[in-house]
Amino acid sequence: MPLQAFFNSFGYFAQAAGVTVAVSLAGIAIGFIIGIAVCIARVSGGRWLGGLGAVYVSVFRGVPLLVQLLFIYYFLAELGLDVPALVAAVGGLALASAAYQAEILRGALNAVPRGQEEAAIAFGFSPLDTWWRILLPQALRISVPPLINEFILLLKASSLVSVVGIAELTRVSMNVASSTYRPLEAYVGGGLFYLVINLGLAALGNLAERRLAAGSGP
Amino acid sequence: MSFDVLWRYAPSLISGFGVTILCWSIGSGLGLVLGAAIALGRRAPLSPLRWLLRAYVELIRGTPFLMQLFLLYAAGPSIGLRLSATAAGVIGLGIYSSAYFAEIFRAGFAAVPKGQIDAAVSIGMAPLDILWRITLPGALVAVVPPIVNTLIVMSKETVVLSIITVPELMYQMQTMAAETFTAFDAIFAMAVFYWLLVEVVSRLGRRLERSVTAFMRHSAGPA
Repeated sequence: MPLQAFFNSFGYFAQAAGVTVAVSLAGIAIGFIIGIAVCIARVSGGRWLGGLGAVYVSVFRGVPLLVQLLFIYYFLAELGLDVPALVAAVGGLALASAAYQAEILRGALNAVPRGQEEAAIAFGFSPLDTWWRILLPQALRISVPPLINEFILLLKASSLVSVVGIAELTRVSMNVASSTYRPLEAYVGGGLFYLVINLGLAALGNLAERRLAAGSGP
Repeated sequence: MSFDVLWRYAPSLISGFGVTILCWSIGSGLGLVLGAAIALGRRAPLSPLRWLLRAYVELIRGTPFLMQLFLLYAAGPSIGLRLSATAAGVIGLGIYSSAYFAEIFRAGFAAVPKGQIDAAVSIGMAPLDILWRITLPGALVAVVPPIVNTLIVMSKETVVLSIITVPELMYQMQTMAAETFTAFDAIFAMAVFYWLLVEVVSRLGRRLERSVTAFMRHSAGPA
C-alpha cells in the first residue's frame, strides 16, 4: 500500500504538527510583545532608543535564522545555563520574529491618518489616551493581515528548530524516514501537514482582510 | 577563538564562501527563469495549465525550504533521482525561489495599466510587439524592488543548505568549530559575517533599484 509508512506513523506526525504549531505560536506571541517594544522605541524613543531599535531590526533581519538559533543555543551553553533546547528554539523564533513584527506595526502606525492624532489632541486627549484609544486600535486593525502572513512565514521557519533537536514536524519526518527507509513517504507526509496548516492560516488571513476592509469603509 | 585557527582554516572557509555565492547565484538565476516562465504560463488561455501552475506556487510557498531540500536530496534516490548535495541545493533553491519570483512577475504584469495595452492595440501594434514594447518594460520597473528583496532573502536561505551537507560557508565553519572546539566563537563570527553580507547586498540592491527606476522620476513631472 502506498504511503503506508506515513499512515502507520500518523499519530506521531499529528503530535509533531502540534509541537510545530505550539512552538510557532509561542514564538509569535513573545515576538509580538518584543515587537511592540521595538516599534515604540523606533517611533518615539528619541535618538538613542530609536537607534537601538533600528540596530535590533537590522541585526535580526540580517542574520540568517539558522545562525541565530545556533548562536542562542551555544550562547546559553557558554553562560553555563542548562536550559532545555525548547527555550533556545522558542527564544530564537521570538527574537527574529519581533524584528519583522516591529516593522509591520511601524508600517501600520504610519498608515493611520495624521488627522486622527491631531483630532485626538484637539479634543484634549492625553498622549497616553491618544495612543491607547486612537492610534493603537487602528494600527492593530491594519496589521492583522500582515501579522497572519508573518505567522505563516514563522511556521515554515520553525522547521529549522529541528536542528537543535526539537521533535517537531521536520525532525519527526527525518526520524520516520530513517526508521522506515521510506524517505519519500515521510517527507511528503510531513510536507502535507505543513501545507494543510498553512492553507488554513492563509484562509484565515483572507477572511480577516475582508472583514477588516468591510469595517473600515464609509 | 584565536586568529590562527581562522588562518589555518582560511582555505576551506574561502572555498565555502565560493560555494555559497555559487549556490546563491545559480539557484536564484534558475528561480528567476522558472518564475518568469510560470508567470507567463499563468496568463495562458489554457485553464488546466493555469490551475497546475497555481497549485505549484501554493505547494512551494506552503512548505518549508528545509522540507523541500530533504525531499529532493534524501527522498530523490527512491524515485531514481540521484543528486550530489550541491546539485540538490542549487536545484532546491531554484525551485523554492521560483514560486516567489513567479508571484512577483505576476504582480508585475498586473501592474501594467490596462489602458496602455488598449492604446497599443488601438494604434495597431502586433501582440508580440505589445508584449515586448509595452507589457515587459512596464512590468520590469514594477518587479525590480521585490526581486532585489527576494534575492536578499535567498542569500540568507543558502545557510540552510549546510543541513544537507552542501560544503558552503556555514558547513565549513561548523566543521572548523567541531574540530577545534570553538563552537561559540565560530557561530559569533558567522553572525557578524552574514549581517555584514546582507547589509552590503541590501545597499547594492537599493542602488540598483534607484538606477533602474530613475527614468520614472525624470518622466514623472509635467512634460
